[in-house]
Amino acid sequence: MSTDEHPIVYPYIPNSVPAVKQQMLADVGAASADEFYADVPEPLRLRDTLQLPEPYPSEYALRRHVEGLLARNRTADECLSFLGGGCSQHYVPAVCDEINRRGEFLTAYAGEPYDDHGRFQALFEYTSMMGELLNMDVVNVPTYDGFQAAATALRMAVRITGRRQVLIARTVGPDKRSKIRDYCQRAAEIRWVDFDAETGGMDLAALETALSDQTAAVYFENPAYLGFVETHGDEIAQMAHAHGALCVVGADPISLGVLTPPADYGADIVCGDIQSLGMHMQYGGGHAGYIATHDEVEYVMEYPSRLFGIAPTRVPGEYGFGDVAYERTSFAVREEGKEWVGTAAALWGITAGVYLALMGPQGMAELGEGVMARARYAALRLNEIRGVRAPAFRAPHFREFVVNFDATGRPVAEINRDLLAQDIFGGHDLSREFPELGQSALYCVTEIHTQADIDRLAEALKEIVEK
Amino acid sequence: MTPEMTQDITAHRYTDGKPNLRRFHQARWDEPIIFELSQTGQRGVLVPEVEPGIREAVGDALADLPPYLRRATPPALPELSQPEVLRHYVRLSQENLGADLNIEIGQGTCTMKYSPKVNDQLAASPKLTPLHPRQDEATVQGILEIMYRFEQMLKEISGLACFSLQPAAGSAAIYANVAMIRAYHAERGEAEQRDEIITTIFSHPSNAACARTAGFKVVTLYPDADGYPDLDALQAAVSERTAGLMITNPEDTGIFNPRIAEFVQVVHDAGGLCAYDQANANGILGITRAREAGFDLCHFNLHKTFSSPHGCGGPGGGACGVTEALARFLPVPTVAFDGERYHLDYDRPDSVGKLRPFYGYAPVIVRAYAWVMSLGAAGLREVAEVAVLNNNYLLHKMLEIPGLSAPYAPGRRRIEQVRYSWEALAQETGVHSEELGLRAADFGVHYWTSHHPFVVPEPCTLEPTESFSKREIDEYAAIMAHVAEEARTDPDLVRAAPHCSTIHTIDHTPLDDPARWAMTWRAYRKKARDGA
Repeated sequence: MSTDEHPIVYPYIPNSVPAVKQQMLADVGAASADEFYADVPEPLRLRDTLQLPEPYPSEYALRRHVEGLLARNRTADECLSFLGGGCSQHYVPAVCDEINRRGEFLTAYAGEPYDDHGRFQALFEYTSMMGELLNMDVVNVPTYDGFQAAATALRMAVRITGRRQVLIARTVGPDKRSKIRDYCQRAAEIRWVDFDAETGGMDLAALETALSDQTAAVYFENPAYLGFVETHGDEIAQMAHAHGALCVVGADPISLGVLTPPADYGADIVCGDIQSLGMHMQYGGGHAGYIATHDEVEYVMEYPSRLFGIAPTRVPGEYGFGDVAYERTSFAVREEGKEWVGTAAALWGITAGVYLALMGPQGMAELGEGVMARARYAALRLNEIRGVRAPAFRAPHFREFVVNFDATGRPVAEINRDLLAQDIFGGHDLSREFPELGQSALYCVTEIHTQADIDRLAEALKEIVEK
Repeated sequence: MTPEMTQDITAHRYTDGKPNLRRFHQARWDEPIIFELSQTGQRGVLVPEVEPGIREAVGDALADLPPYLRRATPPALPELSQPEVLRHYVRLSQENLGADLNIEIGQGTCTMKYSPKVNDQLAASPKLTPLHPRQDEATVQGILEIMYRFEQMLKEISGLACFSLQPAAGSAAIYANVAMIRAYHAERGEAEQRDEIITTIFSHPSNAACARTAGFKVVTLYPDADGYPDLDALQAAVSERTAGLMITNPEDTGIFNPRIAEFVQVVHDAGGLCAYDQANANGILGITRAREAGFDLCHFNLHKTFSSPHGCGGPGGGACGVTEALARFLPVPTVAFDGERYHLDYDRPDSVGKLRPFYGYAPVIVRAYAWVMSLGAAGLREVAEVAVLNNNYLLHKMLEIPGLSAPYAPGRRRIEQVRYSWEALAQETGVHSEELGLRAADFGVHYWTSHHPFVVPEPCTLEPTESFSKREIDEYAAIMAHVAEEARTDPDLVRAAPHCSTIHTIDHTPLDDPARWAMTWRAYRKKARDGA
């Protein structure tokens, strides 16, 4: 404990050395730090010391304390996990961590394009590589996450079309639906479009009925939250366009080594989350959102996010970067800007750039194909188990797929509890999110799963449901 | 010994006993855009092969796809070997001036304090990074306990009753607070009537922008001679249409508004709620709180006050706190503790709903928790007092520079930052604040003017936090004094800055010209080709 005779010198606080403090106080003519708070009225002053836990002043003791708490977690690396649904366990190449843990990137923030040239270039390269993946010319500096990207993409569509109604596939996950509902409540009227019970895809007849000259946008995901591929994406885009509406597609970029980029079948705005591109799951801490469009002024001017562009400098051949159309942002014009912009998830954008640079076209194609092969294998294996139907939708799947357990007579919660006893994290329980799917779970299989992992799951499940 | 060895190698550091500025030059790698480095066939990392057993069972994994959905042309990503990717990005990393490198005093309002390395290591723990957010709660008791404990700390630091750590960053927390204000009035049947949010011009732009995004009209108050709006201005602004007040205290001027409790009362009397933007609470930790001033809501930025690094612009972390009366509106889920187990409470029917996937940026929360646990109550108070001492010391040094002033409330002490004005220098020399900042970059420091609009003419905003030593503060002030003097003696040198940075003066005109702007390399190549 600090006492007047032996005050603590805090390693993070250079001027906590008493002699230095006294010198500085003398320089500014203050008797004590209290003088600086002269404007804080007495009734607003905290009389007592804050009631906080006793600290661990030494770095070792602190580390031991926090590691002790973290030790109570059991991770997806220690167990075998098939959880997905918005966060997935892909392999993170070592170079991704090496770069995003460098202090030069980790502690940079808002420097000018001169002193932070590297940050601007790394983010410009991220958007450029995403542009190749998406076959679109404009990609934003990351927003918070895929939820925000979808909600903003829809509000962009509302502003671009001057219409208020958005039609959204009901297969969008309930958490994202909640976000969109909140975010659009005074800007748009949301209608949820039902899905085809057999394929999971949008019910095209219901869509046709819902479309009108009030429709600003039609939104669906490909691959969907429930894992299936929306095979009618091209028709949906055509239907939207026929009514003067925009087609907005949510896409996990990791699928685009094998799946056609949505822009190629008519998407006007594409959005999603980049967690899969080199970010650890981090209990939901690896998310960042992208929004992409073609390079058309009426679209560009509706982005709230920062957009970094390349520009020449006064030295021939030197690359400079800067904010494109800054005047549209809340940084420039406060509430007159488009929505708002602030600190979001830039470091994950840089990391996703590193990931795409490492993977290259070949890596993305192999990874996508490998994920689809493993997911399909897993579905085949699970489907062999009595009472288990996998995949529940008759459609191609990318990484996730719905597994139905109705005929086993056992609820997913119980099955997952039994799997957990064998150190297996079973698929995400959908029984509350999509009651119409009965006792179903969303299984996620990626390139990290070996055949033995999948076989182990299948055997465990077989034993659990057939016992 | 040669004659050279007898010379004092440190001699250049001082002239007449006074320290000279450092002879800085930033890294300049002239690094190509990564696509220029591509070499067909190179691989940066190999992906796990599909095993023969799977291959045999599955056949063509893409066979089910309709032909139009099977990507026909591979994405034109660059092809590089792993060491080339690494070197490229390490070079880019060197071309930054983050808080680990520079005396990061010039990014006022952003609280660019030291981010302890041990906390980065804890955040990268293999017991945290591979946690899936949907895992059974029994397997995530460690991270949930950290979140719960950290919420208890924020409750004590703010005096408010309940917290959510879900918002992704500061502005997202501001938005969450606006959403809760909207939900509160909607429940009382006053959603239509109460359609105005009052804020101040020195509050962060997101207070105004988030309010507008949530559907409110924005009423902005301007400062009087004291640096904050007078009470009469607020009285005139409130009405039965007032939904709430979003305000910072101290604002960017660093002047604490002593009548803040009266402000809150005026808004409460009109039926509105009050949200305290405490993105930057650094100077008042343990001194004064949201509760005592009567606020209904507040928010903190974990990447400012609570030391998590800024990551080139995120991920950061936002935390919003509310009174007991508003607790049920907090976003879902909240972290709960039943005395034995921690769990996520989704059963909150009045909640504004989800704001982001899952629950908060866990690694940021771990860092913030560890930071508080390294300091405790006495340490937090030391943070505040030293941050404020540093600021007033810097103010004292800066005001010795001719041509610089600290507008508003002359002679009064400031809390954790000051918005200065170079108006007099600009009038004398024609050199603008922004140009001074770019020249300062030649001495290895970052500098920022202020948010727009420039209510203070020729502004700069300095915030020394608790993380910089007296020597470093002296160095920063000396750089400012030197650059200001250069504006008089050699204004063209200043205007042409930076000279010792990675690059030189950028031609910004393409960035506002749709025919020439390029947000991706492919767009640049197309436009360059078409232009040629």
